[in-house]
Amino acid sequence: MKALMFGWEFPPHILGGLGTASYGLTKGMWECGDMDITFVIPKPFGDEEKHFANIIGMSQVPIAWRDVSRDYVEQRIGNVMNPDLYFKLRDHIYADFNYMRTNDLGCLEFSGRYPDNLVEEINNYSICAGVVARTVDFDIIHSHDWLTYPAGIHAKQVSGKPLVIHVHATEFDRSRGKPNPTVFGIEKDGMNNADHIICVSNLTRDTVINNYGIDPAKVTTVHNAVTPLTPEQLNVPEHKSKDKVVTFLGRITMQKGPEYFVEAAAKVLKNNPNVRFVMAGSGDMMDKMILLAAERGIADRFHFPGFQRGNQVYEMLKASDVYIMPSVSEPFGISPLEAMQMGVPSIISKQSGCAEILTNVIKTDYWDIDAMADAIHSIVTYPAMYEQLREDGLAEVNQITWDKAGRKVIDIYNKVLNR
Amino acid sequence: MKAICFYFQIHQPFRLKRYRFFDIGNDHYYYDDFANDDIVTRIAQRSYIPAAESLLKMIEESNGKFKCALSITGTALEQFEQYVPEFIDLLKKLADTGCVEFLAETYAHSLSSLADPEEFANQVKVHDEKIKELFGVQPKVLRNTELIYSDELAPQILAMGYKGVITEGAKHILGWKSPNYVYSAASAPKLKILLKNDKFSDDISDRFSNTSWDEYPLTADKYIDWIANTPAEEQIVNLFMNLEVFGDFQPRETGIFQFLEALPRFAEERGIEFWTPTTAVTKLKAVAELSVLHPISWADEARDTSAWLGNKLQNEAFNKLYSVSERVRLCEDRRLKQDWYYLQAADHFFYMSTKNMHDGSVHSQFSPYDTPFDAFTNYMNVLADFIVRVEEQYPMSIDNEELSSLLTTIRNQEREIEALNKEAESMRKNIEHFNEEHLLREKEEAAEKKTKKTTKKAAAKPAAKKCKKADKAAEEEAPKAE
Repeated sequence: MKALMFGWEFPPHILGGLGTASYGLTKGMWECGDMDITFVIPKPFGDEEKHFANIIGMSQVPIAWRDVSRDYVEQRIGNVMNPDLYFKLRDHIYADFNYMRTNDLGCLEFSGRYPDNLVEEINNYSICAGVVARTVDFDIIHSHDWLTYPAGIHAKQVSGKPLVIHVHATEFDRSRGKPNPTVFGIEKDGMNNADHIICVSNLTRDTVINNYGIDPAKVTTVHNAVTPLTPEQLNVPEHKSKDKVVTFLGRITMQKGPEYFVEAAAKVLKNNPNVRFVMAGSGDMMDKMILLAAERGIADRFHFPGFQRGNQVYEMLKASDVYIMPSVSEPFGISPLEAMQMGVPSIISKQSGCAEILTNVIKTDYWDIDAMADAIHSIVTYPAMYEQLREDGLAEVNQITWDKAGRKVIDIYNKVLNR
Repeated sequence: MKAICFYFQIHQPFRLKRYRFFDIGNDHYYYDDFANDDIVTRIAQRSYIPAAESLLKMIEESNGKFKCALSITGTALEQFEQYVPEFIDLLKKLADTGCVEFLAETYAHSLSSLADPEEFANQVKVHDEKIKELFGVQPKVLRNTELIYSDELAPQILAMGYKGVITEGAKHILGWKSPNYVYSAASAPKLKILLKNDKFSDDISDRFSNTSWDEYPLTADKYIDWIANTPAEEQIVNLFMNLEVFGDFQPRETGIFQFLEALPRFAEERGIEFWTPTTAVTKLKAVAELSVLHPISWADEARDTSAWLGNKLQNEAFNKLYSVSERVRLCEDRRLKQDWYYLQAADHFFYMSTKNMHDGSVHSQFSPYDTPFDAFTNYMNVLADFIVRVEEQYPMSIDNEELSSLLTTIRNQEREIEALNKEAESMRKNIEHFNEEHLLREKEEAAEKKTKKTTKKAAAKPAAKKCKKADKAAEEEAPKAE
């Protein structure tokens, strides 16, 4: 079966969980066999893994005809795209886009991030998708998250092939219930046009059904999984400190509930001064959190090391005794699974999608700072608690593999295609 | 001739309230009174009271031919006294029939037998006293918490004066042997062992209302038939179960009470008697010795102690708890002692089990906590506070032995002081007595003198004055003596 997937992020250049999840799922589906996947991203860097999917970068898709030689194309974009594909795509330009800011190859520029003109970039992505959909051969379209829904709809209109959208998060999660109308509009449009909707948790599924008014029959949950860590990741240098370390890793935004972590930390430190708290990541609430920690008088024990890249994440986890994710609304939340892979006991909020599939973690309500503080205290004080969660957690998380999720997605494809 | 030996277990722990770590050192009350009241009252209404009424009815209707045994933990009795005293009255009525035997067990439903023989002996003794106080009988057969038993325990049980012990007819212990005989302990041959018949017990407690069971519906007729059809030389069928089976595990509408009440009639038709455990161990000879190297119990699939001590959490909590047992026994604070019992209940460890599948669902069904981790954290917080209180009693810098000898010295001195006080007291009384007598005698003498002098009134006035002076002197002397 041939699938055309639209995504926004792809490892190793990722900004959040979306890239990790799309990558894992694609690889998991490939492992199930008999899948030919074309994965489209805004801007490839050339160091992506390519053996299980054909990666097409929108920044190399021409939308305006340029008379260029093969050698020139090879020299310009040879590291990320086969020139043959470039010319094939060039044959399928469907309108005159010369009025847009195209470059010497007739392509648009993409940041591949989340810039201020995100909506414009989404629109450009959708324009390019028209060319891709006319060029590539596929049976089904799969759009990852709202950024690529318009592209998916476009591809569906062009090809008449069914569209499956994958909801990794909704605007309701990101905005704590006060959605941006533009984003909501894009999401709703995508859901209405989709032949089937895949959600990463039952929590998200409920949001899709209740807040977007979608027929439950076409919404299915496929929980995310984790990719096994490489030996290199597992064997990162260890920096153990004398004190116990409790870590928060993620964007410091409203959705992630960072203030509850600070409040719980203050409670723990009142009785147990030998604990350090780390809030790694960046985000619009970071300054507020630094201020809050200072107000609570715990700034000497509460650290903000900033955004962690690549193996720094694993070094950070290895140095931690507890991982905490107090998200107010987390569609899935892959990071606690990664912490468990590193053998770090995790505390997660009950409002996280991953709480639906995990047993060997501590679950609290995101607002219940007493319970959170208690759980932190318990893990850092009682060795048995630490060991139990660490060992059983590791065993549990090793069972959560992407090929199982991939199998479910393939089953959904078959259902949609009536095979 | 065949006999059925029924024994019903009644236990309720003191469930702990939500206790956060910042309560440690601040709050010394650990129990969820509301939940305890609610649960105990509900189960008593649904199950214990109607079941006890059924037993009473069965005894009366069979003219005392129906007999059974009850084992009630001290923590359960305390809660009944507090929340459902009418059930205690009912139990007293059952005791008065003489057809119900009360078994010995640990007061707090504790796992002390696995950790601390001294604590185990102490709790069994305290429990026996409680039973004697309430029902006026002395238990003769022991039933350890959750039927835990091993070779190691047998000599101690025998030494404590029990004739028999009740335990699980675990398959891995019995092998080809049948549980329907009396056995003796390999490590203490004088101690007799009664084994639970798993199949027949579970027919009632687990399968009775299971509609997918091929023997459903189970009638008293059919059930007694099965028992009657066991080989003739197998003389005793031990049916051990929780009393909650009647009315709670098997709700009233399944007909469980009618089933129970019909048993004596069909049993009589087949010539099957009902015995108490004491009758069984006195009448029957042990057919063989039974060796149990590792502790067995009646819980979970494995029938071992893994239901309470199966993972790291449970072992850590258990070891922490019993690390202070010696110290607690040296303390005299009443509330501390009470908490010590309540915290030992096996239930707290049961809630911490991380087993899954069938066993796991049983654990979580009874647990007031969402997860075993929750159970562990809450318990450890309470325990931490408890240990702080124990440490506050006597400084930890003194080790137990030294403390014990110091305490003995103090107690001896106390006793000595008491004896001396008593002596002083009696001496004082003697002196008072002596003085009073002395005073009376003097007064009498003075009175005699007066009468003599009045006869010579006119002649000796100055003498009379002298006499008055002497009187006064005597009066003054008296208070001084006192």
